[in-house]
Amino acid sequence: MNQVPLSHILFVSAALFFIGMYGLFTRRNMITMLMSVELILNSVNINFVAFNKYLYPEKLEGIFFSLFIIAIAAAEAAVAIAIIINLYRNFRSIDVEDAGEMKF
Amino acid sequence: MSASAVVFYILSFFILAAGLLAVTSRKIFRSAIWLLFSLTGIAGLYFWLQMEFIAAVQIVVYVGGIVVLIIFSIFLTQQSGKDLPAPVRSRAVFSALAAGAGFALTCLLAGRYGFAPAGHAAAGADGGNMGVDASVGNIGAQMLSTSEHGYVLPFEVISILLLAAMIGCIVIAIKTKPGDK
Repeated sequence: MNQVPLSHILFVSAALFFIGMYGLFTRRNMITMLMSVELILNSVNINFVAFNKYLYPEKLEGIFFSLFIIAIAAAEAAVAIAIIINLYRNFRSIDVEDAGEMKF
Repeated sequence: MSASAVVFYILSFFILAAGLLAVTSRKIFRSAIWLLFSLTGIAGLYFWLQMEFIAAVQIVVYVGGIVVLIIFSIFLTQQSGKDLPAPVRSRAVFSALAAGAGFALTCLLAGRYGFAPAGHAAAGADGGNMGVDASVGNIGAQMLSTSEHGYVLPFEVISILLLAAMIGCIVIAIKTKPGDK
């Protein structure tokens, strides 16, 4: 892995981040928006692990941040899916445009 | 180009292609499956970086947990055979433009910044190979240590957060009887 510079890993994670961003902008279905958020969180994890590996190889801080982000992402996904299912029970749809009850 | 560099570029192409298909596919179930492939590719990237524990956690939590949860909720909330509506054309164009501009800016900044290993790593021979000791025992010992670089407080906070999320999920998703309210 010495031949691959750190910036190439950063390019990959930046590309993944903006793919997730594009999905978040274009999708209007809550589950697919949640998938985009997962992609974004994963790109951040790649960054942390790569920085830990390349710049601070004698420490473990990047690994801990990644682990905590994974735990928070799991909690976030669980709560989001509970909210989505509850919303589906009330509106029969999980499109964000249809959930305008509290909009104004 | 050495074999490990080739592996890296193949992995990153796989991750990005699967991610792109996950956000553009018109069938929601296929989109979930592409997300699964992308997350598995990221686990492969962690293996490539020799971070075995993170890779294992990635597979267990994301691939085994979150994607399965997403697939369950897809089946609970909609007909998976139906196509999603296509995004509005102007919105798709402007989102692609915004994402592309952000990506270009980020790449420019990341490419220009010369990353230099800090501290002891700079003194090491050829970098990279001198090794994080990322064994599970080491991670566990530091995570639960109460000394200066210990992570026991964030660990406890995360435990409370997970408990709160669990209770919150039950409260939100619980079925209220039609009588009360």
